[in-house]
Amino acid sequence: MAKSSDNSRRKFMATTLQSVGLTAFAGVLWSGYSAEAKAAKLVLRPPGALPEEDFLKACIKCGLCAEACVNRDTNVDKETGKQRPGTLKMAKGGDHKLVGTPFFTPRDVPCYMCDDIPCVPVCPSGALSEASVTDEKGELDIKKARMGLAVVHKESCVAFWGLQCDACYRACPLMDEAISLEYQKNDRTGKHAFLLPVVHSDVCTGCGLCEKACVTEKAAIFVLPTDYATGKAGDHYVKGWDKKDQLRVGDRDMDKIETKTKRSEETPVDYLNKEIAY
Amino acid sequence: MKKIKYLLLRRFTQIGLLVLYFGANAYGWNILKGTFGSSVLFGVIPLADPYTTLQVLATGFVIGSDVLLGAAIITLFYFVIGGRAFCSWVCPINMVTDLANWLRRVLKLDKEEVNYRFLKRSVRYWLMVLGLIVSAVVGVAAFEVLSPITIMQRGIIFGFGAGISVVIAIFLFDLFGVKNGWCGHVCPLGAAYSLIGQKSLIRVKHDHDACTACMECKVVCPENQVLWMINKESVSVTDGECTNCGRCIDVCGDNALEFGIRAMAQKQKEATA
Amino acid sequence: MALNRREFLKSAAAASAASAVGIAVPSNLQAAANDAEKGWRWDKAACRFCGTGCGIMLATKGGKIVAVKGDPAAPVNRGLNCIKGYFNAKIMYGADRLKTPLLRMNDKGEFDKKGKFRPVSWQRAFDEMEKHAKKALKESGPEGVAVFASGQYTIMEGYAAQKMMKAGFRSNAIDPNARHCMASAVVGFYQTFGIDEPSGCYDDIEITDTIVTWGSNMAEMHPILWSRVTDRKLSNPDKVKVVNIQTYTHRTCDLGDFNIIFSPNTDLAIWNYLAREIVYRDKKGGGKEDIIDWDFVNKHMVFATGPVNIGYGMRRKGEKSLTPVRPDGSAGKYTAKEMQTINKEMEKKISAKEAPALAPFGKKEGEVLKNTPGTLKHWEISFEDYKKSLEPYTLDYVAKIAKGDPNESLESFKKKLQMLADLYIEKDRKVVSFWTMGMNQHTRGTWVNTLSYNVHFMLNKQAKPGSGAFSLTGQPSACGTAREVGTFCHRLPADMMVKNPKHRAHAEKVWGVPAGTLNPVGNQHIMKIHRDIEDGVVKFAWVNVCNAYQDSASAKHWIKAAREMDNFIVTSDGYPGISAMVSDLVLPSAMIYEKWGAYGNAERRTQHWRQQVLPVGDAMSDTWQWVEFAKRFTVKDLWGPYTLRNGKKLPDVRKDAKKMGYNDDTTMYEILFANEKAKKNYPLKPNEFPQKGFDNSEAMGDARNVVGSDGKVFKGYGFMIQEYLFEEYASFGRGHGHDLAPFNVYHKVRGLKWPVVDGKETQWRFNVKYDPYAAKANPGGDFAFYGPLAKALPKGDLTGIKDKKKKPLPNKAKIFARPYMDPPEMPDKEYDTWLCTGRVLEHWHSGTMTMRVPELYRAVPEALCYMHPNDAKAKGVKRGELVWVESRRGKVKARVETRGRNRPPQGLVFVPWFDEKVFINKVCLDATCPMSKQTDFKKCAVKIYKA
Repeated sequence: MAKSSDNSRRKFMATTLQSVGLTAFAGVLWSGYSAEAKAAKLVLRPPGALPEEDFLKACIKCGLCAEACVNRDTNVDKETGKQRPGTLKMAKGGDHKLVGTPFFTPRDVPCYMCDDIPCVPVCPSGALSEASVTDEKGELDIKKARMGLAVVHKESCVAFWGLQCDACYRACPLMDEAISLEYQKNDRTGKHAFLLPVVHSDVCTGCGLCEKACVTEKAAIFVLPTDYATGKAGDHYVKGWDKKDQLRVGDRDMDKIETKTKRSEETPVDYLNKEIAY
Repeated sequence: MKKIKYLLLRRFTQIGLLVLYFGANAYGWNILKGTFGSSVLFGVIPLADPYTTLQVLATGFVIGSDVLLGAAIITLFYFVIGGRAFCSWVCPINMVTDLANWLRRVLKLDKEEVNYRFLKRSVRYWLMVLGLIVSAVVGVAAFEVLSPITIMQRGIIFGFGAGISVVIAIFLFDLFGVKNGWCGHVCPLGAAYSLIGQKSLIRVKHDHDACTACMECKVVCPENQVLWMINKESVSVTDGECTNCGRCIDVCGDNALEFGIRAMAQKQKEATA
Repeated sequence: MALNRREFLKSAAAASAASAVGIAVPSNLQAAANDAEKGWRWDKAACRFCGTGCGIMLATKGGKIVAVKGDPAAPVNRGLNCIKGYFNAKIMYGADRLKTPLLRMNDKGEFDKKGKFRPVSWQRAFDEMEKHAKKALKESGPEGVAVFASGQYTIMEGYAAQKMMKAGFRSNAIDPNARHCMASAVVGFYQTFGIDEPSGCYDDIEITDTIVTWGSNMAEMHPILWSRVTDRKLSNPDKVKVVNIQTYTHRTCDLGDFNIIFSPNTDLAIWNYLAREIVYRDKKGGGKEDIIDWDFVNKHMVFATGPVNIGYGMRRKGEKSLTPVRPDGSAGKYTAKEMQTINKEMEKKISAKEAPALAPFGKKEGEVLKNTPGTLKHWEISFEDYKKSLEPYTLDYVAKIAKGDPNESLESFKKKLQMLADLYIEKDRKVVSFWTMGMNQHTRGTWVNTLSYNVHFMLNKQAKPGSGAFSLTGQPSACGTAREVGTFCHRLPADMMVKNPKHRAHAEKVWGVPAGTLNPVGNQHIMKIHRDIEDGVVKFAWVNVCNAYQDSASAKHWIKAAREMDNFIVTSDGYPGISAMVSDLVLPSAMIYEKWGAYGNAERRTQHWRQQVLPVGDAMSDTWQWVEFAKRFTVKDLWGPYTLRNGKKLPDVRKDAKKMGYNDDTTMYEILFANEKAKKNYPLKPNEFPQKGFDNSEAMGDARNVVGSDGKVFKGYGFMIQEYLFEEYASFGRGHGHDLAPFNVYHKVRGLKWPVVDGKETQWRFNVKYDPYAAKANPGGDFAFYGPLAKALPKGDLTGIKDKKKKPLPNKAKIFARPYMDPPEMPDKEYDTWLCTGRVLEHWHSGTMTMRVPELYRAVPEALCYMHPNDAKAKGVKRGELVWVESRRGKVKARVETRGRNRPPQGLVFVPWFDEKVFINKVCLDATCPMSKQTDFKKCAVKIYKA
């Protein structure tokens, strides 16, 4: 009897251990897959989307934003009266983006920057933040959206060859604000000017109308997620000629004031006690 | 001819819901928008999947109140009324696994459920919990990353991609691998609904007196462990794993099985006793 | 030898740019590119698109054009292009190129106007054309056969078409789409200078101090010139000023030091305001300053005016399609709504807005002006009369009527007008005024063109380096082909006129046709041809190198007439468009680089190219089509007697033809094209430059072995037909101020600006220093406006002629008194918005080519309705929503855009016309300048409402 109960206990222990082990195994696999699945970084999200890390937590993958986008009343084909493809797509297997999350590909269908932003207020989870696209008066303002940032590849942009293009500039819904033209003399011809597109990151919403309009084979202006398309100057330096620049740097983290390089790793005493070679 | 009343009703409901969801995207219908993860009924009433909501919460994100309210509504509905009816009346994967199951029977792949050592029916509860842990660790609703249910539903609404392969995999798994493999063993969402629906009102009741012990019901039941009372005693099926699919009622030639309300079933039981 | 730093920089820049891509091409890539080039043949050509006339180089490989580059040696563009030019290599290879003739047929294979298009042979196509053209001749005479011609014809095509029409068919019903584009500029040149084409050239841009654009979106329509303007501004930003005078804000305004947004049609008033400032501030005009160069004005100018009650170029009462007039106000084929506007053609009540301007001409507010058909008639007046005509244009009056933006203050608008006047007047400041369609597409287009010269003349800022009013052409060969070749109903080559017996006689001699062959009545301008089809007069019409059914206003009428009446419409095109769809027969045309050709740009620059590749399918050039068509008609068929509809008789010239050695059965092909002169003087020299190594499908046939109009493989005409056509055409102008260089010379150079005298081109005409003709006309002088047309005028005052005796005015140009007048249709309560149409940079005209280039199609896939956000709000429409744009004539659906490139003021919308799916010409009004017959596409009244 005792033996059998001992046996069954051992068996129970073993089973439990096995279950826990297998669960852990499954957990590791699952975590690995999930982490990999959400690792697609160069994804453009709808207007008002939280920063990617938070967005991925928050998005409940319901598709209400994509439905609102494709069914917005401005998205009607002129002739048929039927809806055109929407901007927002729900990622599916093979898109190499976290499955079920909304994204857009400007070269196919850019964001048309609807004034009433139909995709944002319908979000039930808060993954698309209405507050982030609302102005001081409490009205929706698509200009506040930061879906990404347009970047110009100078070598393939024909405007930098001197050609008269600026298709991106004309396509920009915030023409002269988000993209402006910089005029430069063309010394080679001696009588023509370069009209060069320049993107202003403080205004560009990342709607991608420029990328869509670009006439080169592969777009020479394209939208990247803002994080990937921006750098950051140090917090320790403030432009002396710009009163507002202090706003850029904000408050400094006092713990990070101290610096360390390979040269300063040692304590002064340790350093000084090393004999100098002479 | 076999009775297929509840089968037809379920298919009607499942397909009907998909049509409504599809129409919401394709034609802008304002009846039922979104997906199972989160929906809006008539443009007003929020609905949300409780397990999905839990996963999002597990990531540490304070989710919008619409979703919380929606999850509460859905939970309440299944808790009070529907039981695990989501799995058989709503979930589109059910149609896939039912088809696999039917084919198994036609092809006579097996008569009996094989007892897999590591794939017990309890695995789904482990996975359900694990799903929440992984969500917390990775920072993304973990089951939603691979859920064939929403992948299939989104596939129908927004177009399939390579996601169709998940659905095919489950079909093959259920057909050639484990009988009732996905719904009966693996699906953490089903597990969640099993827990939610344990005390619900609508229940299949068994009339022992009418039963001729043909066991047809046990053959078709995807969770036949819940039908322990067949040919034993007149009680309601109270196990939360019962999906209220009604197949057993359809196939019963003796009118020994019928839907009833839990409280009345209890009373009746007492009365017979 | 040491380079100094500047030279070094120059050559370094050139070297880096010579590799075009420039900067950071990895060396292995560079090597790969060089390898690929080995199989490419590069040859020069002209860009297919606008009137700028950029030079390009084309690479051919395996019988296809594989690449294009800007020609670094081309003076206009120095290797650059705009994005249309960038795609020259792609325009001929759309998937739906027409490759075989298509005829509407029934199931039995017979022609059926209601039948479906089915492929037919060239022989069958010409059989049908011959049959229907002969039928039309029989029923309506020469006036029944018409051609919608083009400013995009090559010079040779235009010349062949015009020769066959005028000398063969004796029909002057050939008129180009350039009528829609340049006619007002032309009549402006004729009236002012007595000769067509601008006095200056693009070199003005680099020399001038001031660029003023009037009704011109140069930045989008002439991008390469605009980059030159931009460069000029950059080179001296403080000194060089750019001012834009437009009805809405657009891309060109970006560079402006200031921009004037005016109310449509009031450019007339603004020019007169400038003239008033000049005259009234001048000492002789009663002011205190020395502004007018009296020495220049006295020596070279006369003042003139003409009648003001000239209507608006619309249909007139009594025309067949306007009868009967019904009690509900409708008339014939026109609805009561349409008649509301058309009735103004006959009489118009003078409005409060125009009354002050018309007062010096003896008209009062409320008076009903009885209009007579437009006339070119004008007479000399005194300076005092001219001054009197300017009296009303005070700053207050002009600001009141001309301010176009309701949200701008009157004060700011006035300030800008004054600044503008000061810029023009400033001593020693060079000024160029550029305009395009805004001033040409105008019911007073001729007037406003002449008003521009007034200002420049009085200041002696015309025909001088860096100064002048300069008309920018829209089309690549509106100047070269339409105007210089004279493919207009009233013209012959080199500024000769069909109504002038001497000119006809000269042309008859050059063309080898009997005296009296040419028809003296040339009134079937392009809108008249449409109207004549609707009236049932024209029964055979051929559309060449244009899209006559998409590019004409009131389009519904013309399409209905073409589809429902007894007539035969043929369209030759590279691609199927609206005109082809409306037609009964569609012919596949060789496109630009599939044939030898030449274009002439806006600065009088003639540029030639060779045939680079064989045409696709069975496509053949329009020249070939015309020459083959000529084979179907003999002396007997065409040269008998006719009575025109105005009663004028064309004589029977068949007897004279016999005297010239022809017989009844001699074909027009033998007389007009493959004649002895052609065969003897222009032999094929396939082993000599420029023919060596290049195909010539017309002259030699080609490897495709196309089965021609006689059912046999076409083997070529056996002589250098393009050289013959060009040289014969050029012979008209040589020695008359239109001198062109020999054919072969153009194949060696990057174009030459005519007159080319002693091998040298001419930059500034009429200026003795630069123009040998001016030097000859006024030896030792400074200027000579030697144009010969209308150089003798009667005398009168602002109200009419007082002394009918004509006084000759050798070498003089004219300053015209012309008032502001309202256009015939203005916004009212129901149709409350101005509609302006135009182009976008990405697309050319009706989009038949550019809408087939994937990149351009993607960039701008549809025409938008640009409107002010406040208007959109007021009409309850959102950006991106569809609206109806509806006029009295029709409506189209378009998507609203309230941001971006075009920003109209409140009360005006802009809809481009390239998109056949937004067929805006169904909405536009076919009112024209009554003198030039050019349609005003820039103004009509519409209402906008949610679709």
